[in-house]
Amino acid sequence: MSDERIYLSTDSPPQEPAALVDDFTPSLITQANHHLCPGCGEPIAIRAAMEAIEELELAHSTITVFGIGCYTAFAHNLDVEVVQALHGRAPSVATGIKRMLPDGFVMTVQGDGDMVNEGLQEVLHAAARGENITCLLLNNGVFGETGGQMTTTTTLGQRTKTSIEGRDPHQHGHPILLSDLAATMDGAAYVARCAVNNAGNVARTKRYITRAYESQMAGAGFSLVEILTMCPTGWFVDTLEGPEYLQDTLAPVHNIGELKAP
Amino acid sequence: MVIDVEACKGCDLCIDACPPRVLEMTVHEVNTRGYRYPRLLAGCTGCQACAQICPDFVFQVYKYDTPLELPLEDQGQQ
Repeated sequence: MSDERIYLSTDSPPQEPAALVDDFTPSLITQANHHLCPGCGEPIAIRAAMEAIEELELAHSTITVFGIGCYTAFAHNLDVEVVQALHGRAPSVATGIKRMLPDGFVMTVQGDGDMVNEGLQEVLHAAARGENITCLLLNNGVFGETGGQMTTTTTLGQRTKTSIEGRDPHQHGHPILLSDLAATMDGAAYVARCAVNNAGNVARTKRYITRAYESQMAGAGFSLVEILTMCPTGWFVDTLEGPEYLQDTLAPVHNIGELKAP
Repeated sequence: MVIDVEACKGCDLCIDACPPRVLEMTVHEVNTRGYRYPRLLAGCTGCQACAQICPDFVFQVYKYDTPLELPLEDQGQQ
């Protein structure tokens, strides 16, 4: 450590005239501490989702339905109403809430193990019925909460705890590309896929989420935003290599972009 | 910029995300939980990339009303 380098004081706000441009957390995340691993992409995605709610001034009418996964523990840190659904059943719970409270803003937060492995039919039926809800899929290609086992969105050749030689199509089958599947449904109004592996993609994620929310507010029908997140613990890579691993492994198969937009 | 070093889990994501490369991880210093944390060198532009990418909400970003003039020898040492 060379002592000649200048480290600026970062203990307290600056004394000179300055404007606060980015607080620690958006106002809808009341507690910053959480138990997710270092380098996890899920808080980044949930932050983008909460900032979008704040900007559209939906906080007073939002009901969020959480699935089962690492992110479930994060629900306690949010200043919006949260309903905990059974594994994979969040779109059905959200359907019930939205039909009883048509003026409410209803969204689900689910992982790939929850939405694609466990509750594939729930989300596809909700999309086919054109339920006016927004689903967020935090897709990292592994069951992060249980230690990195293979899910259906794991890409071919990807090493996981249960496909240690890499996913083999003859033994494990081919990955399910959920957003592409949902985009074929006539009831789906907005389907997009994005990632949180760099600052540019985080900004894009927020833009897509905002469009999905606006689509629900306009009553257009089902909206889905799939967000590719890092899971260095489940992928068995260093935290610093997480974004690059996502770019090399998940992003070439799960193509980033808007798949269906009005 | 205010950095809440106690909240940091040392994942290094901010180091790569920073466009002017003015964040640097400590080598020996750790916070009370035992994680290394980032420190700020001169040259921050207030772009908020670190705050957006940070999973642990460590950064609070301020933008000076007028850019600070630093002594010349402090600049370019990134």
